[in-house]
Amino acid sequence: MNLTTKRLGARHPAARAGTPDALRDASIGIAAGEQVAIIGPSGAGKTTLLHALACALRPSTGSVLVDNIDPWQLPRSDLQTMRGRLYLAPQVPPLPPRQRVVTSVLAGSLPAMGFWKSIRSLLYPQNIAGAYAALEKFDLSEKIFDRVDRLSGGERQRVGLARAIVSPAKLWLIDEPLSALDPTRAKQVMDTLIGEARDRNVTLVMTLHQVDVALTRFDRIIGLRDGSVAFDLPASQVTPQRLTELYAQHEDELHGPAPVSDRVDEAPPNPPVMHCR
Amino acid sequence: MSTAPPSFSRPAAPNRDPAWVGRIFWLSLAVVLLWPLMVATEFKPWALFDAQSRKSSLRFLMDFFPPVANREFLTLVAKETWRTVAIATAGMALAMLLAIPFTLLSTSALSISALTGKMAALPFVFRQTIRLVLILLRSVPELVWALIFVRVVGLGPTAGVLAIALTYGGMLGKVYAEILESGDAHATQTLMRNGSGRLQAFFYGLLPQNAAEITSYTVYRWECAIRSSVVLGFVGAGGLGQQMDNSMKMFNGGEVATMLIVFILLVALADRVSSWLRKEIG
Repeated sequence: MNLTTKRLGARHPAARAGTPDALRDASIGIAAGEQVAIIGPSGAGKTTLLHALACALRPSTGSVLVDNIDPWQLPRSDLQTMRGRLYLAPQVPPLPPRQRVVTSVLAGSLPAMGFWKSIRSLLYPQNIAGAYAALEKFDLSEKIFDRVDRLSGGERQRVGLARAIVSPAKLWLIDEPLSALDPTRAKQVMDTLIGEARDRNVTLVMTLHQVDVALTRFDRIIGLRDGSVAFDLPASQVTPQRLTELYAQHEDELHGPAPVSDRVDEAPPNPPVMHCR
Repeated sequence: MSTAPPSFSRPAAPNRDPAWVGRIFWLSLAVVLLWPLMVATEFKPWALFDAQSRKSSLRFLMDFFPPVANREFLTLVAKETWRTVAIATAGMALAMLLAIPFTLLSTSALSISALTGKMAALPFVFRQTIRLVLILLRSVPELVWALIFVRVVGLGPTAGVLAIALTYGGMLGKVYAEILESGDAHATQTLMRNGSGRLQAFFYGLLPQNAAEITSYTVYRWECAIRSSVVLGFVGAGGLGQQMDNSMKMFNGGEVATMLIVFILLVALADRVSSWLRKEIG
């Protein structure tokens, strides 16, 4: 799938009124099968850009085209079909605690499954082999029948990524896949994601806090700062000076570990339940 | 930051609590509002303790001893207890059958348009309409439903089952929807964002996320249904309540006492089942 944005701006629906859009001016074009890393300091709009590309956020200004179609012109059911052709992996793995790993992984293939098959799959997993193969790529195959809440944070993150492997998507939008992983695991995860995307000719867009990983693994780097594209260059042309400018006032993020996620993509807290008891 | 030159005189220690006036105001307002309510409800607790009522309530309570425990009566009670449990369970099953579709239709946790901001107008109106139906169902007390159904289907458990089904269907539908909306929405929203259907997102995200709370609330409601089926028995809807009504009319305190004990055991059992289920699922 290819992606084109023109002067794209977007904001989270729960963002406070009066605050500027998290993403203000992003014009980028990504060809089918391309692999792109998005870097930038916290609050630069990386996650918002990813959500806008995933048709999860309606642009407040500008436009986004997915496969040369404006998804927001489509009727809602067609928009949902379009969403089924891409895969957005949030930074915090979206797994219900009581679910088994096999069910969580197979949930990635729901758009391709059809309703009755997905119900049958709850009674008896319909594609154990597929889930096993996906988990094996992340070194988790022995956990296939464990419950999600028995897993560590890093294991959960990898289960969330294994979903991408079984999904029918031709575009992967992956938000900070390494935030809960140690360096060895991180290397394995990057090998898997980049290799699989290349083999399947899947377009891969990934936000990363680890600048060194982005520069060594990706050919094309987009630097985002204050909601705008600061640079969009081949990795070889991203000089230390550009990085210093990109991370000005956020130097600790350039060299230090990634800051803990504050889940900015979450809706405001839900109202408490009023049980009539 | 004030720009006044620094002054060296320290402010005097406050000699009164600034919250005092407000506290007195709200307290007197509460008294002024409560007084007419107490007059309206003829709230005179001292009436409980004058000699006349003391004697009559004592006589009523003495009647309860000893509880009747002969074989014949215990068999009858066992049969009626089983019937009460059956009324409550069948009523709950029907109520769930009614509530689950209404929940799925009315909960905003499964709104696709709400993923990207405000829910669209048409789905919003539709969900509010479903909520209105649920309000109608549960605002008619089960006692009234039972009185209606006793006239339609005649005396007996069927009227109790239908009454519980309608009222509890309304309650379950509302509370299920609220439980689903108050849980963590991350898993469900991610599924819908990635193109799965609403029902798929329900079975793969929303339900496993909230299963423990749904189960515990359902079992609690089952316990309520047992208690309420006893009340319904008094208007002729069968079960322990109808038996209790008969015994009371015959001033047979011993029988009432036996049935009350059975009843307490039943509620305690429901409590154990609930906590066991919660542990299994949670």
